[in-house]
Order: sequence, then structure tokens, then C-alpha cells
Amino acid sequence: MDRFKIGKRVFNSRLIVGTGKYKDLEQTSDAVNASGADIVTVAVRRVNITDPKEPMLMDYLDPKKITYLPNTAGCYSAEDALRTLRLAKASGGWNLVKLEVLGDEQTLYPNMQETLKAAKVLVDEGFEVMVYCADDPIACKELEKIGVVAIMPLGSLIGSGQGIPNKINIQIIKRQSKIPVIVDAGIGTASDAVIAMELGCDGVLINSAIAKANNPILMAEAMKNAVIAGRQSFLSGRMEKKILANPSSPLEGKINN
Amino acid sequence: MIEIQLNGKIHKLREGVNIDSLLEDLSIPKAKVAIELNRQVLHKENYTKTFLKNDDQIEIVTFIGGG
Repeated sequence: MDRFKIGKRVFNSRLIVGTGKYKDLEQTSDAVNASGADIVTVAVRRVNITDPKEPMLMDYLDPKKITYLPNTAGCYSAEDALRTLRLAKASGGWNLVKLEVLGDEQTLYPNMQETLKAAKVLVDEGFEVMVYCADDPIACKELEKIGVVAIMPLGSLIGSGQGIPNKINIQIIKRQSKIPVIVDAGIGTASDAVIAMELGCDGVLINSAIAKANNPILMAEAMKNAVIAGRQSFLSGRMEKKILANPSSPLEGKINN
Repeated sequence: MIEIQLNGKIHKLREGVNIDSLLEDLSIPKAKVAIELNRQVLHKENYTKTFLKNDDQIEIVTFIGGG
């Protein structure tokens, strides 16, 4: 049985989906259901004091039925990220969290120095930390040493839909890691998700590629199938590549012999 | 009357209000939010015994869609 284990938790789906950028909460919930994901990322933000009746995400996605993975999106320092995740934990005991500390607004590239600093404190405080990080094998090794539960290198920039231009780094990171490696950010379409899984990654995290598709619900299903196909393909072990053709039908018994 | 900072904005309220009644006054469901008081997380079990004072800074947050 091929099980997806993060820390001590076991999940069925290797697809984690984000819940941002959708038209409304109904579409968010429909897309999440179509994706078959067991884990959704969520952001921590101020309650709208002037309109407390505004619908909340929890009204559409039940945290008892799907695992909420609170993130630190929009945090540019270790301190901000720590504040955010401590609040997330206080909200209802969320211990499994996604840490991301960004470097600048243009690239939303991770600031690894701050990320490593925050990861250390969170692990010491008993959090199970999944970390959005650069596709830098050395930084990933440091994260594993600190004791995070999953490494989540970017395929390409957040929201860029550029896929995985540097497959080699992802492979190196996967090869050296004993904890799950999940490609986070950059997936643009289903084939990108297949590639991530065929590289041997343990999962993918997708938001924009689903939310920004013309038909998000259909794309959510496509991503679900892509992750399954990629995983099965990886486990099957691909055929050897050859320079020249090799016929699929037998040469014996041809009528013109 | 006292003045507090509520989610970054000045908010006036009477003295002797605890966190539970603040949430009730604002019609905010307790189960769906988390609170930070003066940059320290405030756990739900302390909402009743925590009374707001002048110049307190309070953040009330919830989960919204995000990637």
C-alpha cells in the first residue's frame, strides 16, 4: 500500500490544494472536493469587524473533515511568521503548519535565512512544520536537520505557472531527503504535476493553476488524476530511452516473408 | 470609556469588558477565531477572566482562503 505519511499522519491524496484566489467560497469548496485533497492550505487574517456576518471559510470547508494547513503567506520575517502560526494554533490546536517567509514582493521567493530561524523555533515549540523553501539542496538539508516534517521546494515562482524549470535540483533534494518532498508553487497545468510526481516527489501543492483555470472544478479533477498518474508512473519505473526505433509488433510471421 | 486598538483601528468601549463579551458585542463566533492581546496569544480558556484595559492592542483573526 502506497501511503502518504507526513510526520505521524497518514493521508490518501498526495495533492494538497490552496484555497485562495477563487471567485467565491462556494467555488473554493467545489474545487477542493473535486481535487480529492485531504489537506488544504489556509491563511490567517484579521476578522472583518465591520461585517462579522461575512461568510467564513469554515462554513464551506469543515476543518473536522479536511485537514487545515495554516500558512504564513505574506510574512517577511521570522517574527511575523511565528506570531501567525502561534495564533493559528490557538484557534483550534492546529499543530501541522506551513511555514513560508518571503524575501520580496516581486518574486515571493523564500528568505531562507529567516525561514530557517523560524523553523527552528517552531520545531522547538512542538509544531509539525512543512516548509516552503528554495530548491536549494543545502538549505533543504538544514531544514531536515532542524526537524521539520516536510520540505516544500518551489517548482517556480508562486502564481507564475512556469512549471519546474530546474528538475535536477528537485531530484537532488528528493534523493538526499528522508522526509517528504512536496513541490510547492509554480505548477501551471496537469503535466507539470505529473512531472513533479515522476521525479519521485511525495506530493504537490497547487493553488493558482486550479483557481485561475477557466474551469477551476474541471482543472481540480485534472490535477487529482495527474498526481495519481505521475505517482503510478514513478512507482512503475519507466522504460529505458533509446536513440532508434524498436518495433512493438513481432517480425516473425509477416505475410511478405 | 476606554480606547483600545482592535485589528489596527481605534475602538471605544465601556470599562470592565472581558474578551467573551467583546466577541459577543461584535457578533463574532468564538469557535472560529483566535486572539492576540498585546502581541501575546490569548487562549480561549482565558477569555472570561481577561478584561480589556485602556490602550490594549487586540488582534482577532480567522482562517481565510490562501495558498
